[in-house]
Amino acid sequence: MSGSIQDTFFEECEELLEATDEGLSAIEGGDHNPEVVNAVFRAVHSIKGGAGAFGLDELVAFAHRFETVFDEVRANRMELDEPLIQLLLRSCDHLYNLVAVARDGGETDQAHHDMLIEALDKYIPEEEEDLTFEPMGLGGPMDVSAIDIPAAPTEETYQIHFRPLKDMYSTGNEPIFLFQALQEMGELSIELDVMELPGFDSIDPEESYLSWNLTLVTTEARSTVEAVFEFVEGLCELSIEGAGDAEADAAALAALEAAFGGAPADPTPVSEPAAMVEETPAAPFEQPAPAPTPEAKPEASGGKPAAPKAENAKSEQRGPNPTLRVDLERVDRLINAVGELIINHSMLAQQIANLDVADVRDVETELEGFKNLARDIQEGVMSIRAQPVKPLFQRMARIVREASSATGKTCKLVTEGENTEVDKTVIERLADPLTHILRNAVDHGIEKPEDREGTNKDRVGEIRLTASHRSGSVCIEVKDDGAGVNRPRVKQIAIEKGLIPENAELTDSEIDNLLFAPGFSTAKEVSNLSGRGVGMDVVKNAVTGLGGRINISSSPGKGSTFTIILPLTLAVMDGMVVSVADQTMVVPITSIVETMRGNDDMINNLGADGTLLSIRGSFVPICDVAGALGLEKKDDQPPGVYLLVETETGQRSALAVDDIHDQRQVVIKSLDGVCGEIAGVAAATILGDGKIAMILDPESILATSPAVGAFDTERRMSNAS
Amino acid sequence: MQAEVKSNDQEVKHAQFSEFVSFTVAGQAFCLKITQIREIRRWSPVTILPHAPSDVLGVMNLRGAVIPIYDLSARFGLETTEASERNVVIVVSSAGKPVGLLAESVSEIISINPEEIQETPPVDSRNTKEYIQGIISHDETMVRIINLDAVISVPEQVL
Repeated sequence: MSGSIQDTFFEECEELLEATDEGLSAIEGGDHNPEVVNAVFRAVHSIKGGAGAFGLDELVAFAHRFETVFDEVRANRMELDEPLIQLLLRSCDHLYNLVAVARDGGETDQAHHDMLIEALDKYIPEEEEDLTFEPMGLGGPMDVSAIDIPAAPTEETYQIHFRPLKDMYSTGNEPIFLFQALQEMGELSIELDVMELPGFDSIDPEESYLSWNLTLVTTEARSTVEAVFEFVEGLCELSIEGAGDAEADAAALAALEAAFGGAPADPTPVSEPAAMVEETPAAPFEQPAPAPTPEAKPEASGGKPAAPKAENAKSEQRGPNPTLRVDLERVDRLINAVGELIINHSMLAQQIANLDVADVRDVETELEGFKNLARDIQEGVMSIRAQPVKPLFQRMARIVREASSATGKTCKLVTEGENTEVDKTVIERLADPLTHILRNAVDHGIEKPEDREGTNKDRVGEIRLTASHRSGSVCIEVKDDGAGVNRPRVKQIAIEKGLIPENAELTDSEIDNLLFAPGFSTAKEVSNLSGRGVGMDVVKNAVTGLGGRINISSSPGKGSTFTIILPLTLAVMDGMVVSVADQTMVVPITSIVETMRGNDDMINNLGADGTLLSIRGSFVPICDVAGALGLEKKDDQPPGVYLLVETETGQRSALAVDDIHDQRQVVIKSLDGVCGEIAGVAAATILGDGKIAMILDPESILATSPAVGAFDTERRMSNAS
Repeated sequence: MQAEVKSNDQEVKHAQFSEFVSFTVAGQAFCLKITQIREIRRWSPVTILPHAPSDVLGVMNLRGAVIPIYDLSARFGLETTEASERNVVIVVSSAGKPVGLLAESVSEIISINPEEIQETPPVDSRNTKEYIQGIISHDETMVRIINLDAVISVPEQVL
């Protein structure tokens, strides 16, 4: 039970951390909007709260420091300068780590932890050393007022008007507890207001009719008073009026407004702070400066209503639509069912076509409609799985920061197209390769700051991460403005590692592509960062595993660009239906460059069993698919059709198959759990007749085909000589 | 085949019958607990899996799921079953995933008193010992009880 609650907490943590990250990045980008600051503060505060509930002391302690420092920022007592922002960003990264450690176990980097705590402590004002779990007030301005309520506390009288909304009760909050909390602070008198209570006949038992007027005389700071209402924020109408702080607030507000570039001149709020706070005066941020009304309403409203407003603003940024959390498994079931529907349609269509009926036109028209609807449903369902790449990109910003601080380089990550939506699985499985590419970009691509200055570049290296949709696929680009691929060195290393012969003559792009060769790693010694001995071939495998491709282009001195092209979804793909040794199989369209019907003239023997296909004067090795898959052909007739495919290295080969039947969209069925990995086969699909067909993986077929494999090396050698 | 009701409660519990489905594979009688079987289907041609061992016939479409089909006979080290329309595929569940087993034909449902199950006598073949959980005598013939987990877990390693 507690496990599942904890899971929810960690899920929320993830979201809160993303919000923190997002906010901090916005602040880094120069957006000092108090709402952003508040959003970050709230997120960290919630993490601390949840962590406290689960007894995650380390996380609580760290979040508390973060929060305390940020509170200073929020209250305008501290300037958000560059070093502080960097520290906060690093702290946020560390929060991620702490959460991960709390969730998955493991060890935190204690030195790093202590270093950050020490750095944060420098920013914490002296009296704030204790680690009490004191909830913080949430609004901006009332903390500004706190400047005016300094260390020596004076007794203060607060007039509090409190009117719970229906929602407050439905969330299980109880006014009496709030009043008790207030009572502990000082002298409290409570007055119940039953004016709104309707006649007994018209009473709605679920509605909220009561409101209270409270008078509190306390030495506590205003923020402490407000903190009492923290958890019913947005669920009630609340005004807290302090006798002495009205002017201070107004002045501070004016200062705030001035500092943040002024408020709208129009006194009408930009957006109502939501229906929940309908009767309360608008949030202070929306008030023009200086606060105009004699009723001192903006002060009276305190910071409380600001929070829901900020909430709104936040949700607007993230898209205002309400969202629904759904178990991924349910979505997948739906996707499977839709896949079935499409298969079912093609089965129906096939059977109708086979019917011996004179006039099937009407049926065919209806069937066409059915098909369109099925496609609509499919697209709809697919879009459920689609998610913006934003969280992924945010994580990458963290990677770049970590990598930069580890290498002593200064880099910034610029992201574009972060709202591009990609299948969830693709996003998940893209994280590792992208991390690797970015680490590489920082480690090998971007030069040291002093070197950059020497070449007239900005000290700060720029890595640009872009996502975009490009005709049915997703394109993710990582571009750095570093030194570019050091081709002579890459070549040297490739020779040392025996990847290419010593006297090989390679084109620039061939050299660049050597980076993807297995076992290639340019780091002279295995550095902590990118050189884990695995190198870019892992990246390439991950991308190919997703049905995508990766390319590199580089120009010396100007930087390199990695381009990853991925299919929009993993569930459906376009395939060429072919027959191989009496079996129907599917070859992904994306890998096919060209198809052609072969005749004897085009086939040239090379040596004992090598055969080459001549196409417009050039020769490509032929790979017999049936042979590569270990299938026996019943008749001895030569394959009739050749599919020209291109491998990642740009090497072309011709796959020999018996015949081509069709080109169609197929639903990908994983063979995981059905059998182990089969060389040459990527997955399976179900065809219109209900039969299963293997989806081939040309790369792996070529790799298993001895003839072509051998030829490949031969060609390298011959290239070399 | 009547169960003797003993006075002892424990004994009564043991005497409860289990139902088994018996079928023939390469002329020999085998059986599986009825609860292990999800469905029985007529044989239809399967899609060959490249590079698969001889006892893995291929994969079949079971209402949208891709399920592997094993030739029980080949797995037991007997001659491979000549797949024909008369043969049946017994769909069983292995760790929640359906798996099809090719058998010659299904015979009947038999009730077995667990007490009647005899241990597999020592035989030379390691496979047999692993795959056969026990034997029973039914209508004067020997019926072999298949250890389902052993039979369907092995191929994953082989592949």
